[in-house]
Amino acid sequence: MNRILAYFESIGHAVILAVRSFASLPSAPRILKRTAEHGYYGGYTSLPIVSILSFFIGAVLALQAGISMRDFGAKQFIGTLVGESMARELGPVMVAIILAGRVGSSVTAELASMKVYSEVDALVTMNIPPERLLVLPRLLSVLLLMPVLTIMGVVIGWLGGMVVCQTHSFIGVPPEAYWASLKQFMTTTKMLDGLIKAEIFGFVVMLIACNTGLRTRGGPREIGLAVTKSVVSSLVAILILDYFITQMLA
Amino acid sequence: MSAAKLKTKPSAERQDRSPVGIEVSSLSKGYDHQQVLFDINLAIKPGEIFTIMGPSGSGKSVLLRQIAGLESPDTGKVRINGLDPAEPATRDRFALALVFQAGALFNSLTVYDNLALYPMEHHICPKSEIRDRVMHALQILSIENTFNKLPAELSGGMKKRVAIARALVMEPQLILYDEPTSELDPVMSATIAEIIATLKEQFTVTSIVVSHDRDLALTVSDRVAILRQGRLLAVDTPAAIRSTSDPVIRDFLNPQIDLRNPRFKQLEASNE
Repeated sequence: MNRILAYFESIGHAVILAVRSFASLPSAPRILKRTAEHGYYGGYTSLPIVSILSFFIGAVLALQAGISMRDFGAKQFIGTLVGESMARELGPVMVAIILAGRVGSSVTAELASMKVYSEVDALVTMNIPPERLLVLPRLLSVLLLMPVLTIMGVVIGWLGGMVVCQTHSFIGVPPEAYWASLKQFMTTTKMLDGLIKAEIFGFVVMLIACNTGLRTRGGPREIGLAVTKSVVSSLVAILILDYFITQMLA
Repeated sequence: MSAAKLKTKPSAERQDRSPVGIEVSSLSKGYDHQQVLFDINLAIKPGEIFTIMGPSGSGKSVLLRQIAGLESPDTGKVRINGLDPAEPATRDRFALALVFQAGALFNSLTVYDNLALYPMEHHICPKSEIRDRVMHALQILSIENTFNKLPAELSGGMKKRVAIARALVMEPQLILYDEPTSELDPVMSATIAEIIATLKEQFTVTSIVVSHDRDLALTVSDRVAILRQGRLLAVDTPAAIRSTSDPVIRDFLNPQIDLRNPRFKQLEASNE
């Protein structure tokens, strides 16, 4: 019972944190540099891992689809399957998972450490709201970088699918046919659905990371526990939200 | 180093501000069923240097956090010139500075950026003036050569000095010091004591010092409070505290090292 209450308490704190952070939005021009720094770290330095994973997810998707569709004589739809799966589902989910593991964990560790070693208290006594200095730039940066990372991931995933279709003789779908099939059913709305998901996932992951970090008490052990808690909560939130957003957008 | 080197003048708008007095009434605080502070009543006068002394675990730092508005008391209240210190408006009005025991410097920022953060965030003066203020504060603490270093590159004592310099840059009307001389050598401890006293003379600064340092407490303080097991034992002038007949306070201020203590004899026996 206590754990359930603590869970809802944590959600409440996260909502309050988001409201307080966005209340500082008028000061956004003053935190542009910090927003850009977080964007660089979270976005630019995540590109290699996003590219590698996207490529292989697209490749595996095409390979599995090739094996299954070969039996039904539906190989010409591999492009459609890879295209829609990457754009609407796997692209946003995968980028959000990378964000939780790579960026969310480090944000939680940094903020938890600042909390434990009284740096957050120092900000409070200086009358500098931690939400403005520590949370808002991270939330804004994630809102800016998620669409870019997702589009990159989706396109690279499509390329991975194309390479597999071309190089595996038992699939044998040429690039022209692959792209034609992909474009035939791909619409702007479908791409937008994926980007909406990516924005929501990114925002929630960053909010969980910041909230968990700022609520840490204790010492080094608690910092480690906070990081684990943040990543696990983010992964659970991504998958649960994915179901409901998919249902809403259907 | 002489405290006369302190040349920073309070800004014009700060000179008009009313002196800060603190009132703590019926304050109690506990954590997880463990009561730390019991019914604390204090009235700290504007411009006073007020030192809170007591053994480890007596609740000194917890009391300081209540006064700083970082935590809310379970019962009772703290007021700074009649205002709640937990309110951002109160902190903004009185430029409250807290020198944390471990410094609480921002590890990702250089020493210069640590000191410049407050004036930059509050736009209190132009950038060139911020630089002057920061460098002057570093000079006072004799650490001007650390301005481009990260806190991780500094010793514990240096971090403490940077934390005090950060408070000086704020030109506060209330400074709270949590063990300001711990980890410092005797010379630097004396300098810190001079700075605390000089700030009182030059500006309308009320200082609350939490310390184990008997020399600091009894030299620079206007009044000293002795806290023991969460309760105030005495609040009086250093002279009165020195001459008290209370055996508990006398024992705290003048601990005797007894090498013939039976506990040590037991230790020796167990070693043999």
